[in-house]
Amino acid sequence: MTLLWSLAALVPLDGLGHYIHWGVIDVSVANFVVIVLMIVTFVAALFLPFPGRNRRRGDQ
Amino acid sequence: MSKKPFRPDVDAPAYHGAYAPYDIIKEGTIALVVVALLVVVLATLFGSPDERAITIKAWSNADPIDFATTALGELNGSTITASYGAPYNKASQGQALGPLHLAQWAGVTIPINTVNDFVVNPLSSVPGDPQLHAALAQWKGASSTERTTWVANYTKGASKMTWSNGRITVPATNVGPVPTMINQLTGMARTGALDQALVTGGGFYTTNYTKPLMFVADGTYLANLAQKQHLLGNQWGMMNETGSYPGQAWLWLYTFWYQVAPFNSSTNADVQVWAVMMLLSLLLLLVPLIPGLRSIPRKVKVYRLIWREHYRSV
Amino acid sequence: MTTEIDRQWTTRLRKRAAGKLPPEKLLPDTQPAYVASWIYVFGVTTIAALTMVILSGVILAIRGPQWWHSSSIGHFVNSLHLWSVEIFFFAMIVHLWGKFFMAAWRGGRTLTWMTGVVTFLASVATAFTGYVSQTNFDSQWISTQAKDGINATGAGSIFNVLNLGQMLMWHIVLLPLAAIVLTALHVLLVRIKGVVPPFDERAGADQ
Repeated sequence: MTLLWSLAALVPLDGLGHYIHWGVIDVSVANFVVIVLMIVTFVAALFLPFPGRNRRRGDQ
Repeated sequence: MSKKPFRPDVDAPAYHGAYAPYDIIKEGTIALVVVALLVVVLATLFGSPDERAITIKAWSNADPIDFATTALGELNGSTITASYGAPYNKASQGQALGPLHLAQWAGVTIPINTVNDFVVNPLSSVPGDPQLHAALAQWKGASSTERTTWVANYTKGASKMTWSNGRITVPATNVGPVPTMINQLTGMARTGALDQALVTGGGFYTTNYTKPLMFVADGTYLANLAQKQHLLGNQWGMMNETGSYPGQAWLWLYTFWYQVAPFNSSTNADVQVWAVMMLLSLLLLLVPLIPGLRSIPRKVKVYRLIWREHYRSV
Repeated sequence: MTTEIDRQWTTRLRKRAAGKLPPEKLLPDTQPAYVASWIYVFGVTTIAALTMVILSGVILAIRGPQWWHSSSIGHFVNSLHLWSVEIFFFAMIVHLWGKFFMAAWRGGRTLTWMTGVVTFLASVATAFTGYVSQTNFDSQWISTQAKDGINATGAGSIFNVLNLGQMLMWHIVLLPLAAIVLTALHVLLVRIKGVVPPFDERAGADQ
């Protein structure tokens, strides 16, 4: 039952958001973080080595 | 026998290379477990926003003058709803995309007569108020010219509207029953009865909140709250969420157009932006068929990172 | 000589389906060796996130659309639903970027690309109907704003974003069905056509 008491958010994001202004761009910090994370994830996926087993089964 | 030329951006080379074991069910299971854990962690850490819905009761108590001004606007046809056009009424032609009036062609399918639906009918549902019923009888028995005159005269004095001791006062003459109607509607709103009347006016059950939402959006209360939360159109609001939560980042391009010319000052901005986004979506859909656009991947060569093991072994 | 059984719709459909997608193609145990990059996991991650969206949505449906306002368990399930949607779009768009830079439409895979794009657009619509079904301030604001865009196209005459009942039913019945069918078509096409081969960089290569 103690699990139920911890269901309230630990870091609720209810306070008014902060915004980044750059020319015509006006983006929330939260959205900016999401977008940056997407780009970082994409780049990381391109560069990180993929665990491959080099067993080859020849032509198929 | 002629051989069709190989088009590197359209055709794929036949693959005669090696295959390797790949457990797609295991991969899918791992993905599900990882995503489930991530979702639980994020939900536990951050929760989700839930700003309470506003009511006409809350609005009219917080700002009775704005409410009464809006109610007057529903009578004199100056509110957004009253002057909208299709699908609510024929008050305007609506937005145009060049010569195309798409909304007007679709017609009035959600009829709203702001005088009756937002003012007269809700007031008519109030029982046992002789002064109100006399005012309503006077309104209903009047010609449309008389009503227009009363409302226009009341509107002339509305800039000096005051609120005190639970009454709306506007310095104006020859206004017929309008002051009583506005005052009683404000009183009705402040008790919460108008919220109910707008929703149940058509019967006991409803899941359709068109009327109360349109009324609320005609005032400034909802928009003021939205502005504080950075949700207005000119604040890139379409992408944003209440509080500090991430919103709908995928709407970035849709909302972008509203920030720049010519859309940011166009009265037809909504239909124009829709047209632009439909076109861009079509372009995205048809990338494989568009020369130039479909050559970008081969020219930019990001693929060399993805398939570097393959190119090393070839 | 074709027999009566051969001519049956059932037989013809089964043979056509099995021919296009035999079990070893539907659930292959190998992939071409070039499928060796982290970029390849974002499609299945999108499906995993969609699964979480649906599961959390199913729990919300059990107690109804108002439950989460007054129950802390309900609010937690709503949070699961929101964050699985954020991950769903995150993964889908990284997947889109990867597929674009691989020119994954090559070799007869145009329909795979197109079903993907349509699924993306359907997902945006599904999320939108969810946002206006929250029964809170957010849905009040979003619906009163979005109505202008949708009305301007004429679609507002039948798609009334202020009609909670209509929007909720689009959100939990019509659009999820569309999203699931489109996703299934998309995945089946990938299985049928196989993963797109790399560009051939050898000089003079034409096949």
